[in-house]
Amino acid sequence: MPEAAAAAPKKFALQEYKTEVHVDWCPGCGDFGILSSIQQALFQLQIPPYKVAMISGIGCSGKTPHYIDTYGLHTLHGRALPVATGAKLANNQLTVVAVGGDGDGYGIGAGYFVNSGRRNVDMTYIVFNNGVYGLTKGQASPTLAKGSKTKSMPEASIQEGVNPIALALGAGYTWIGRGYALDVKNLVSLVVQAISHKGTSFLDVFQTCPVYNDLRTKEWYAGEDIGRTRIRKLDADAKWDPIVKDPASIDEIVEKKGLALRASYETGDSLATGVFYSIQLPTYDEQLAMKVPALKDHPLVDLPLYQRDVDPLFAELA
Amino acid sequence: MPTELSRREFSWVLGGPQGGGINASAEIYAKALSHGGLHVFANIEFHSNIMGKHSYYRVTAAPVPVHSHIDEIHMLVALDQESLFGDAPERKHYPSHTGHVHQVARGGGVIYDADLKIDPGRFGRDDINLYPIPFFEVLEEALKEVGKGGQSRKYIVMRNTVALGASIGISGYDEELLFDAIRNEFKGRKAEAAEMNVAAVRAAAAYARSQFKTKPERRLLPVPVESRKDRMLIKGFQAVGIAKLKAGLGMQTYYPISPATDESVYLEQKGPQYQCTVVQCEDEIASINMAIGAAHMGVRAATSTAGPGFALMSEGFGFAAITEAPGPVVFLWQRGGPSTGLPTRTEQADLQFALHPAHGDFPHIVVAPGDIDESFTDSFESFNWADRYQMPVVVLLEKFLASSMFSNDGIDMSKLKIDRGLIHQPVDADGDGYRRHAITADGISPRTIPGMPGGIFSTTSDEHDPEGHITEGIENRIAMMRKRMAKLETAAREIPASSKFTLHGPRQADMTLVAWGATKGAIVDAMSELENDGRSVNFLQIRLMRPFPADAVAAILRNARLTVLIENNYSAQLGALISEQTGIALDHHVLKYDGRPFSRNEIVEGVRSALSEQKKEVMVSHA
Ligand SMILES: Cc1ncc(C[n+]2csc(CCOP(=O)(O)OP(=O)(O)O)c2C)c(N)n1
Ligand code: SF4
Repeated sequence: MPEAAAAAPKKFALQEYKTEVHVDWCPGCGDFGILSSIQQALFQLQIPPYKVAMISGIGCSGKTPHYIDTYGLHTLHGRALPVATGAKLANNQLTVVAVGGDGDGYGIGAGYFVNSGRRNVDMTYIVFNNGVYGLTKGQASPTLAKGSKTKSMPEASIQEGVNPIALALGAGYTWIGRGYALDVKNLVSLVVQAISHKGTSFLDVFQTCPVYNDLRTKEWYAGEDIGRTRIRKLDADAKWDPIVKDPASIDEIVEKKGLALRASYETGDSLATGVFYSIQLPTYDEQLAMKVPALKDHPLVDLPLYQRDVDPLFAELA
Repeated sequence: MPTELSRREFSWVLGGPQGGGINASAEIYAKALSHGGLHVFANIEFHSNIMGKHSYYRVTAAPVPVHSHIDEIHMLVALDQESLFGDAPERKHYPSHTGHVHQVARGGGVIYDADLKIDPGRFGRDDINLYPIPFFEVLEEALKEVGKGGQSRKYIVMRNTVALGASIGISGYDEELLFDAIRNEFKGRKAEAAEMNVAAVRAAAAYARSQFKTKPERRLLPVPVESRKDRMLIKGFQAVGIAKLKAGLGMQTYYPISPATDESVYLEQKGPQYQCTVVQCEDEIASINMAIGAAHMGVRAATSTAGPGFALMSEGFGFAAITEAPGPVVFLWQRGGPSTGLPTRTEQADLQFALHPAHGDFPHIVVAPGDIDESFTDSFESFNWADRYQMPVVVLLEKFLASSMFSNDGIDMSKLKIDRGLIHQPVDADGDGYRRHAITADGISPRTIPGMPGGIFSTTSDEHDPEGHITEGIENRIAMMRKRMAKLETAAREIPASSKFTLHGPRQADMTLVAWGATKGAIVDAMSELENDGRSVNFLQIRLMRPFPADAVAAILRNARLTVLIENNYSAQLGALISEQTGIALDHHVLKYDGRPFSRNEIVEGVRSALSEQKKEVMVSHA
């Protein structure tokens, strides 16, 4: 390429990450904050929109890809992670971000939630955690605490709520964080870190659903009743260090996971947000590239798969 | 009146406990026959457990082409008592099998372990030859030869090889061919094992020759060297695996299930050297969805499963269809159903399921190849269809095909071409005006490959507009339904007749057999036997199940004098499809649903009894 042609790379405007599709979430829904955070994070990272695949499940949250001007697959209830995995393995040069609700991710998609954690494909999973099934009108979701009764529920829940962070620690996610939908500034930073992490990053986001969840409202998170916010930022504590320095050290892993686990069980008036845990481990895609070395330099989709000489395989059968 | 095949074929069965090396031995034997210039067909039956229960491998060989097995056994080699007499004494209710002695042909032979000390009277037959061989003693002898005397306990699995050697000694085949096959199997580090096995064969053959003077009536000799042909012995799962690599498969996903796993494991072994990735998923739902994700990104993707797994794939299947994913191609290896059913047995009972794999109206293609060559071609073409018509495709296969070995002269790949369908080339990086689900007359909207500038699209499992955004608008819904379904008509128009069906035999015949899938082999072999009854016979084999070649099939069937449907299921599922699509009900049904494939005799006798007894429906099951 002649020197002159190597112009400065185009800078993408924030606007270029937005579509003109009408956003049909309820007014005041926390999803708006998450949407905006993802758009800003992609913009900050300057990832070309055509190099991004947004993949969602079903639910109010599942509509997110329609509003972000990148490649988008709005899939099935609970199945965003396998679709995202297939997408990333097909083209490892794409930035793959999966999004979905807490029902989607921790209920119907629980098996994929666990197995994606242990697989560690280089992608990001963001869960919109509102404690209810939004799109089906407010039934209890897996994160709703036992004994809770939102205004949309005829009876209080008699099932325990799941602890997604603890589940993610057990499943093996290599980057685990939590944000709050209405603190966009902080959330943008978490999304940026999650996307930048090599491996599967998992970000749980407290999201308000003003229509069905009258327990975990904006006011409740703000702690209007107790006179201080319920959101505790882990990094406000200067000693908080969630990053595993030596991935070969079981002791360090157990120690850091233990601290993260303790933080994940904080309830009531203090809800931890921020980065809970981070470790650098070989990703599934890297390991695949050890079997198929060409994948180190080229995405699968670009490999010359159509000129294979299969005669040696027949010869083996002679 | 015997046919040329029935006069010249030789049917050999090795029976014994599962996990005892039956497979390896029988396959070495099959290769020795194949290298001797014979045509070979070999099939295996085994229980759904890992060790111990009765399994058997049947090798049918002939100097002329053979694609099926017969009920009769010319040489039975039994490693245990159960292979001889079955398990009735130990079972409370029905025996799981009745042993093979009653299947031995008149004048045939039975080789078994003399240490079992079976009273010859127990065989209840004076028309067969018994060859008791002291397996252990012969093995001991052979091991001594190679300096491993006194170790026969350690090498007890080599009883199989002794059995092979006895078999060769008694029936008088060329030992060298068996030695070659053994050495071919045990190469490199295993060369020592090869020589031990060769010694075992030699000792056993010598023993057999010296002890037994009466030979079984039917034996097989290699064909003369100058007329031997290089043929491969290939199983269905291998043909499919190789075809997929040839077609440019980039990602295979799977969750282990019989009888589909062999194919994925084969790809796991051979894939990486061809840059094909294989992902073992957490379940079938993940498998299909991962493949869909890959397909949408522009990679050829497939998943392989059996009925229970396909049941879980339903939802994903519809998702692929509504989002117009270029695939995946789902390889559905049928086994006995319903539910977990008969995991290691064969059936053709998933046709109607493959035709209706999910809720709602949507287009997809279903193809059901009948043999190795068709499995290759159809597997290859399925990827072209998936790309071209942007829809999921089902390749419907059977356990029987997956695990059976067929002689094959080489697959003609000269006509196979990759066709990736319409790929939109953006005019600018903004991609203005590009619509992923644009309404077109033939239903096909050009797709883009994510990652390319200007090709950005969104799509969803919800009904969507041409841009891929959710809408419940009435006009859009009608237009989208029509657009998607139009792809099926386009496919029906473009897919060549040769992929849709084959009329074997004369165009006009007194009797028309109708069938699908791998029963093809037994039917093709049975046709000349049925002609001996004084009727001309042809055979309509249907391959493309959706879009169904209704007009052509109707024309053939309307023209037929007498029609007999043959299916490996209870409910005559192809018969139902034909009635639905053409309004024609076939005259007779010959059905088999005991979990085993049709033998040639079952075809012949089933057809005969349907006609002679004037029965609409005949069930066959020759134990
Ligand atoms: C297989 C299946 N079961 C049920 C549904 C119905 N459904 C649609 S959205 C939804 C719940 C969504 O809740 P959540 O995942 O928490 O997301 P939110 O709407 O709260 O963002 C359900 C159950 C479905 N679409 N698919
Ligand atoms: S129902 Fe709740 S989650 Fe869904 S859009 Fe409305 S406010 Fe948001």
